[in-house]
Amino acid sequence: MKKMKKSTRSKLITYAMVAAGFVVMQGLSAAGMVSNSLAGQLVPICVYISMAISLNLVVGILGDLSLGHAGFMSVGAFTGVVVSMSLRFLPPLARLVLAIGIGGVFAGIAGVIVGIPVLRLQGDYLAIVTLAFGEIIKNLLNNLYVGVDKKGLHFSMKDAQALRLKEGTVLINGPMGAPGIEKLSTFLAGFVLVLIVLTVTLNLVESRTGRAIMAIRDNRIAAESVGINVTKYKLMAFVTSAGLAGMAGALYALNYSSVLPKKFDFNTSILILVFVVLGGMGNIRGSIIAATVLTILPEALRSLNDYRMLIYAIVLILVMLVTNNPFLKTNWVMLKKRMAFWRKNKANGGAADGQKK
Amino acid sequence: MARRSNTKMVPVPSDSIVPERDLGRAPVLETKHLGIDFGGLTAVDDFNLTVGATEIAGLIGPNGAGKTTVFNLLTKVYQPTRGAILLNGKQTADMNTVQVNKAGIARTFQNIRLFNDLTVEDNVKIGLHNQVKCGTVTSILRLPGYWKSEKRAHDRAMELLGIFGMQDVAKHQAGSLPYGAQRRLEIVRALATHPSLLLLDEPAAGMNPSETSELMETITYIRDTFQIAIMLIEHDMNLVMGICEGIAVLNYGRIIAKGTPDEIQNNPQVIEAYLGKQ
Repeated sequence: MKKMKKSTRSKLITYAMVAAGFVVMQGLSAAGMVSNSLAGQLVPICVYISMAISLNLVVGILGDLSLGHAGFMSVGAFTGVVVSMSLRFLPPLARLVLAIGIGGVFAGIAGVIVGIPVLRLQGDYLAIVTLAFGEIIKNLLNNLYVGVDKKGLHFSMKDAQALRLKEGTVLINGPMGAPGIEKLSTFLAGFVLVLIVLTVTLNLVESRTGRAIMAIRDNRIAAESVGINVTKYKLMAFVTSAGLAGMAGALYALNYSSVLPKKFDFNTSILILVFVVLGGMGNIRGSIIAATVLTILPEALRSLNDYRMLIYAIVLILVMLVTNNPFLKTNWVMLKKRMAFWRKNKANGGAADGQKK
Repeated sequence: MARRSNTKMVPVPSDSIVPERDLGRAPVLETKHLGIDFGGLTAVDDFNLTVGATEIAGLIGPNGAGKTTVFNLLTKVYQPTRGAILLNGKQTADMNTVQVNKAGIARTFQNIRLFNDLTVEDNVKIGLHNQVKCGTVTSILRLPGYWKSEKRAHDRAMELLGIFGMQDVAKHQAGSLPYGAQRRLEIVRALATHPSLLLLDEPAAGMNPSETSELMETITYIRDTFQIAIMLIEHDMNLVMGICEGIAVLNYGRIIAKGTPDEIQNNPQVIEAYLGKQ
């Protein structure tokens, strides 16, 4: 067996896991073995995986707590809706790709605008201000009216009449959100998006930029002392994360017939943060698993009616307890060491037997 | 390289402790009337020092004398209240910590500040941040430029780790290293930024005598190979008197004596500062 770098192997396992999940689900749905409710969950799962990975870039890799991630998702979502609905002459695939791409760009721009003031702060203060910005974005979208007619796009912050459309359609109708979206998202598109988000994040982490970002996380003063421009790299991580969230948001919006700004509130930000914390900060594979399980779980427990959220909460608490249990942790490390030793022994044909205890 | 012998001393300006061989060259560092106040407290005042291009200079003094504050002033962790810092003849008044590092000052910290969650090799690669460059987009797309720069960074990091014979711990987590090794790694990381002046804040703290004497040799070796100036704060007098060519003694934020190790050892003011009045 070719010897592989540990990080490379870990990356390959993550990619393989995502690919396997996709193939299995595709196979099951081709065989008609997927229930309707699960089939409806496939795209949201991909969206939440992408959201969790992108938030992990800020929370786990950069080490700053952001509580406004849903805000960037909504920027991407509504941009995506406008793009896809105003370019109806294009084929669906091109519209989807453009919607996701432009949604990501706009969310990235929002990331720059929010990031410049926010990243001057640290710790709890930063978290509070990101929360506030998330709410600001939501409220802005609550008052945004966008329509399209032959003359092009019309914007207003007042009401739908103020758009003065001539035989056009209202794309975003303030607090009523975006009605009449054409469903363009597919599970395949979701899978490709997850792969893109995963590749960008993993490749970024293992590069000069990623090392600079992690250096800031580990020790800001030392990072400055070796000539790393802290503001620049913090902003870079923040904007990349916002852009990826925007792409996920566009895919999310185009999966439904209508989307409300209310959907992207504080609770959604916290939900995504829960995925990240539960999967482990900085642990990309953990984020993927946590996002998948915690998206499926409430639906799977639907038959339990009122007890559904109770069980969801208990599962959350149990996972927290188990992953932070020192006893299990030490045993896990020991088990890993034994495995490595056993493997080494086997590779050496048992030659090392007896040399170590 | 020829060391200055004390018997052959040439007359030097009174506020200079530059060794003979560096006299013809521009000094790497000059401070003029440097000072800083914290509120009403004057932490450092009227600090004048010249460090030669390849000098090993020592900064000593009792606890709380302001030695680390001087380092923080030089690296712009604090902005000086008064005075000027000239690095290779250039004013650093408008620079921040990052720019000062790019201009040529690298440092280690008294309370070790490594990137604990990263590997030893990554710590050194982060030190190479401004030496081996590669764009973010190139990295994300894994273009050929990425692989080339990663290889260069890896080779250079290994070479630098070799100074302390640390290649075999390159894959270890920095925070898991023993104390002495962490101090050595900090020096390697600082060296990776290609400085012309290396500031070492208590490099021998927590080391045993044999580690300390090894460190003394390594510091001299670093100066000889990289041809840079080194300024160090240290309480271990064997180390300071053994390798420093010029020493400045700080007490209550002011320099009370400057000179060669012999001069310092026999200076009554220094003896008073350390041992009290007889």
